[in-house]
Amino acid sequence: MQINRRSFLRVTSLAGGGMLLALYVKPKASAQFAAGASPTPNNYIRIAPDGTVTIMAKDPEVGQGVKTMLPMLIAEELDVDWKMVKIEQTDFDDSKYSLQIAGGSVATPFNWGPMRQVGAAGRQMLVAAAAKSWNVPESECSTSSGRVIHQGSNRSLGYGELTARAAQMPVPDPKTLKLKDPKDYKIIGQTQRGCDVKDIVAGKPIFGIDFTVPGMLYAVYEKCPVFNGKVTTANLDEIKKLPGVRHAFVVDGFVKPGTLVDGDPGLEPGVAIVADSWWQAQSARKKLQVTWNEGQGASQTSAGFAQRADELSKLPPAKTLRNDGNVDQTLASAAKVVEGAYSYPFISHAPLEPQNCTAHFKDGAVEIWSTSQIPGGGRSLVAKTLGIPENKITLHMLRGGGGFGRRLTNDYMVESAWISKAAGAPVKLLWTREDDMTHDYYRPGGFQYLKGGLDANGKLIAWRNHFVTWGDGPRYAPSATMSPTEFPSRFVPNYAMHVSSIPLWLKTGALRAPGSNVYAFVIQSFIDELAHAAGKDPVEFRLALLDNSPTPAPQLNAERMRGVLQLVAEKSGWAKRAPAKGSALGVAFHFSHSGYFAEVADVTVTGGNKVKVNKIWVAADIGSQVINPGAAENIVQGAVIDGLSELMGQEITLENGRVVQTNFDHHPMVRMAQAPPVIEVHWRKTDNSPTGLGEPALPPILPAVCNAIFTITGKRVRSLPLSKSGFEWA
Amino acid sequence: MGFDLTVNGRAASVDVSSDTPLLWVIRDVLNLKGTKYGCGIGQCGACTVHLGGKAVRSCLTPVSAATKAPITTLEGLSPTASHPVQVAWQEIDVPQCGYCQAGQMMSAAALLAKTPKPTDQDIDAAMNGNLCRCGTYLRIRQAIHRAASLALNTGLKHPVEAARNGSQK
Repeated sequence: MQINRRSFLRVTSLAGGGMLLALYVKPKASAQFAAGASPTPNNYIRIAPDGTVTIMAKDPEVGQGVKTMLPMLIAEELDVDWKMVKIEQTDFDDSKYSLQIAGGSVATPFNWGPMRQVGAAGRQMLVAAAAKSWNVPESECSTSSGRVIHQGSNRSLGYGELTARAAQMPVPDPKTLKLKDPKDYKIIGQTQRGCDVKDIVAGKPIFGIDFTVPGMLYAVYEKCPVFNGKVTTANLDEIKKLPGVRHAFVVDGFVKPGTLVDGDPGLEPGVAIVADSWWQAQSARKKLQVTWNEGQGASQTSAGFAQRADELSKLPPAKTLRNDGNVDQTLASAAKVVEGAYSYPFISHAPLEPQNCTAHFKDGAVEIWSTSQIPGGGRSLVAKTLGIPENKITLHMLRGGGGFGRRLTNDYMVESAWISKAAGAPVKLLWTREDDMTHDYYRPGGFQYLKGGLDANGKLIAWRNHFVTWGDGPRYAPSATMSPTEFPSRFVPNYAMHVSSIPLWLKTGALRAPGSNVYAFVIQSFIDELAHAAGKDPVEFRLALLDNSPTPAPQLNAERMRGVLQLVAEKSGWAKRAPAKGSALGVAFHFSHSGYFAEVADVTVTGGNKVKVNKIWVAADIGSQVINPGAAENIVQGAVIDGLSELMGQEITLENGRVVQTNFDHHPMVRMAQAPPVIEVHWRKTDNSPTGLGEPALPPILPAVCNAIFTITGKRVRSLPLSKSGFEWA
Repeated sequence: MGFDLTVNGRAASVDVSSDTPLLWVIRDVLNLKGTKYGCGIGQCGACTVHLGGKAVRSCLTPVSAATKAPITTLEGLSPTASHPVQVAWQEIDVPQCGYCQAGQMMSAAALLAKTPKPTDQDIDAAMNGNLCRCGTYLRIRQAIHRAASLALNTGLKHPVEAARNGSQK
């Protein structure tokens, strides 16, 4: 995205002599995420007369580092020293800002151009102001560290001294802006600390859960253990008498009916308890007795789903999404055919900060303080549910204690707004961990039945996948689809992808690297099976497969993928590997969110089932720049560890429509002693515009470890989590 | 019921039911928001504080069990965020989301008070009760080693002792 004729810059003088530079980008109707629509300028830079530069951070911060990264882009082109910069989190305001979302690893690709142009435009106007006051040509002026310099006359002026005049300068045409040569970067490409780290180590109240307003009450909200079960009776009179309880009431709610749950389906029914303190509300809740009409989800079980998937796998598929060449004929005549039935469970996002939201409904308007990753979606949901116009909703963005996609839905927001309205007071709603784990938008589980065919030379010539997922025929559950372009589609001449689906009355949604976090496991494990069946080295087999790059080249650029695969092989010493007994290296790659990642895991298995990941090598291609290298390395290492948690122990199962796992003891995360002590991250910089990082680093780690386990034990892991097959961390 | 606590070197009287977890007294009565709620069952360690110098899970510690010994929260480690652990956490830029880090730092500070030069094994053992959902464990380990060397070099007094003596310095 670049500044172009859909955008314009505008400048405003600030009271007291400062200047404020604005960039307005008209939203594209086709943008993947709903963008702003109101044509007023938006504001990014404030320069005070004393030279202080304040840069606005417009996106939700949930630990991905965007609150530091986007201002770095502006500061670089504005040509100020990073230490002069103060960063301010904006509110959600789509009349001023575009795409205020934290999802899809899109912040870098969407903002790389526009944010640098905002900075460059600001710099250009300051130069123009200085040139005018010195009566010299602009071309004789340069900038450095927040000053405009005229070398010829040895004069300089600080940006703070120029703001009053700069605000009167015409806003430059974005096409005329000259951006820096990357070799001159002083901020981009240099590690900058997270802008909130000082507050975090001091325990400052910066998270959603920490926020308070005067007169605020605390709420808990009891929902049916079966999704969308309705309240039949509740002992409200008894609850209202308990210490500190101000209100207790039933919320009828409204969830869009159907055979499948939509993205943000509405307001789920339940019982709200509002008290003077959260502990009082939660204590009262323990005495709450509710009878539920559990509704259509009550008979669902994980065992039933697995049985149905097995039945469907033996029937002709319901749909064919892609059918290249002649798969069945090729498989019938192939030198070798390999079959694998893969499966993976629902899992929960479980960000460490449980869902919460503060809302104050008053006089037909509501003010909201939330950690949503997509506040605009929450605003629509609140407006629709409360029957108020969107312009009566004010949305503040607070730092979120992790996101991972959980906060891309806004159930907590609509609940808090409703409860505040009913209680007639500002209310902080806080879920328990159990609420969070049993009312998530789960990463969909799934089943994939694969067949692959090799020719006599061990070349992959046919690939058939029967994907059994969640849907009601025409529609699929959120995040339960698979693209017919998913690798190795188009790299294998005979390729078929078929789909059958099972109805599901449970919320599902995007979890970090949605789709990819399981497709990599299935595809890269099965490719490993084929490599072994072909008697080929797993890296060589993959490189050969990438050699089959079709024309025209698909979205996945085979050369870039080969590049990271070769880099990770080199860094891990793959070709000369000589693992000790009980140890092996495993390899995998995956392309997602525009990022190319290949990973090698050094694994030891002792006693037949005790797994230790000794070391991980990651090779990554996310384009020409890694904007904040230290933060990027942190995120990649975290993604690897996150993937290991998904791999070993995480599984959400259903019994009688209820989620069985309620807390971290039964949905475990990797702990420090289980984490690999070394995770090396290697960047392969290529001449491509920079792209995002939060998601694509995760997927390859699962199959890389599974492929190592196969080499060590001969056991092919085709079902997640590993703990189900008897494995545990050493 | 009334309970007399000593939190970060200051006396505090609170009027709550006796089963109220120390966590909610710290957060919502004393308005010290650094200490976090993560699981409520002692699985994640986000609520870790020091009680008499020992790292405890404040979500599982009823207020009635916290009156006999001084309590230190992250805010009490140092009034200026200059405890070696806080300095090291900033230097290494440990956090991603940052939500677990109060608990991580409190466990680390308790470890260093007992074991000034911990090995990786000491760190693994002391920190295994603290989950980091973002997976910053490698940096946490690095920061603990760094804090250990900062503390040895500067000879900073451990804040738990300072809190015991009723001072925040």
